[in-house]
Amino acid sequence: MAAKPKLYYFNGRGRMESVRWLLAAAGVEYEEVLFKTAEDFENLIKGGILMYQQVPMVEMDGMYMVQTRAILKYIAAKYDLYGKDLKERAMIDMYVEGMRDLNDMIMLFPFSLPEEKQKNLNYILGRATQRFFPVYEKALKDHGKNYLVGNQLSWADVQLLEVILMVEELKAGVLCAFPKLQEFKARVIKLPRIQKFLQPGSPRKPPVDDASFEVSRKIYKIDKNFVLKHMS
Amino acid sequence: MAAKPKLYYFDGRGRMESVRWLLAAAGVEYEEVLFETAEDFWNLIKSGKLMYDQVPMVEMDGMSIVQTRAILKYIAAKYNLYGKDLKERTIIDMYVEGMRDLNDMIMLFPFSLPEEKQKILNYILERATQRFFPVYEKALKDHGKNYLVGNQLSWADVQLLEVILMVEELKSGVLSVFPKVQEFKARVSKLPNIQKFLQPGSPRKPQEDETTVEVVKKIFKLDEDLFLQHM
Repeated sequence: MAAKPKLYYFNGRGRMESVRWLLAAAGVEYEEVLFKTAEDFENLIKGGILMYQQVPMVEMDGMYMVQTRAILKYIAAKYDLYGKDLKERAMIDMYVEGMRDLNDMIMLFPFSLPEEKQKNLNYILGRATQRFFPVYEKALKDHGKNYLVGNQLSWADVQLLEVILMVEELKAGVLCAFPKLQEFKARVIKLPRIQKFLQPGSPRKPPVDDASFEVSRKIYKIDKNFVLKHMS
Repeated sequence: MAAKPKLYYFDGRGRMESVRWLLAAAGVEYEEVLFETAEDFWNLIKSGKLMYDQVPMVEMDGMSIVQTRAILKYIAAKYNLYGKDLKERTIIDMYVEGMRDLNDMIMLFPFSLPEEKQKILNYILERATQRFFPVYEKALKDHGKNYLVGNQLSWADVQLLEVILMVEELKSGVLSVFPKVQEFKARVSKLPNIQKFLQPGSPRKPQEDETTVEVVKKIFKLDEDLFLQHM
């Protein structure tokens, strides 16, 4: 029997959260190796298994996979969450790449200087409600199906739900102008594997709060440059 | 007969250059719609063909594909440059994602402030020679084959050649400590489709310089924020 996938990362969402979501949606159980100190991470680098000395890294099927997109694509393809043909895959890619841009903005937000926080928050919410959500609202409205691509659950749907919930954490009610997205959210949340992932005790990580962020910063000696250098 | 792919971008390398390389390696002829003015770009936005109001965009096979990675993956898969199975595809993905990081640094370099240029250049060269090139050198050395993955030309090889040439433009001789990558470069450059792309008159765009920066700023009516918003 194959070993469970093993996720190597910090004890937080960061770029690994999308991987946790996708494995959960695929119904795949996994283990996590979560760094507690800067030395944990440095030891992993010294171990030589990180291709570019970066995390996320997922040990699975005999590979040490790095680069978030490479990991997500492998999981999506393996567990039939990547559409049924090349054109559907291209649609899914277009959707998730946009969501990734938004995801990254949200991920880097806690690193903003205090005097920039409001401006950055406004920028993120502006992008979400003016560039990204309208695209997915329109897609759902135009084809009238339950899922973004090909009338079946795909990586794009899982990613969209993750992004919606994270934006709502920044500002509740942000979906008020997007009725199709609201229906989508309600519908996808009810899927059993998604439900399970949203329960307390699942591998899902909480949003960053200021106090724990400061603690983490000290432990991992993290600043924005560290993030850009060591996480991809 | 199917129409040729149509590439929509400004007249420079930017993020579209990797697409030009990959189509060339696949032996696919294409047309380009190159913006000269801000109005050209805004008209394209108004036409509604840009999913996120961003370029690159490639019209092909009935789709208006946006997001560079989505475009490249489609081309790689369609023209058999994406390995033979899921595992090979994943290794290719790991390689090209790293190269993309380096690519982006180089792409943004002309936009750095004059007082930062030397520092950023040093950083790019350091990343190239200490993080990225060693990975590909080791891969080629370990399996001893001619190509990075699966013993046949793939997107990873094309991307690597593109990146090597761009880093060498910033500093020649940068491959001096990477003998396998040097052999790789010589070998892949000789492939007919690649040779053709490296000739004058091909769609390949020249190295970005101050003129490019001015053109881009004019078209996207820029400051850096807006630039990143539209690519």
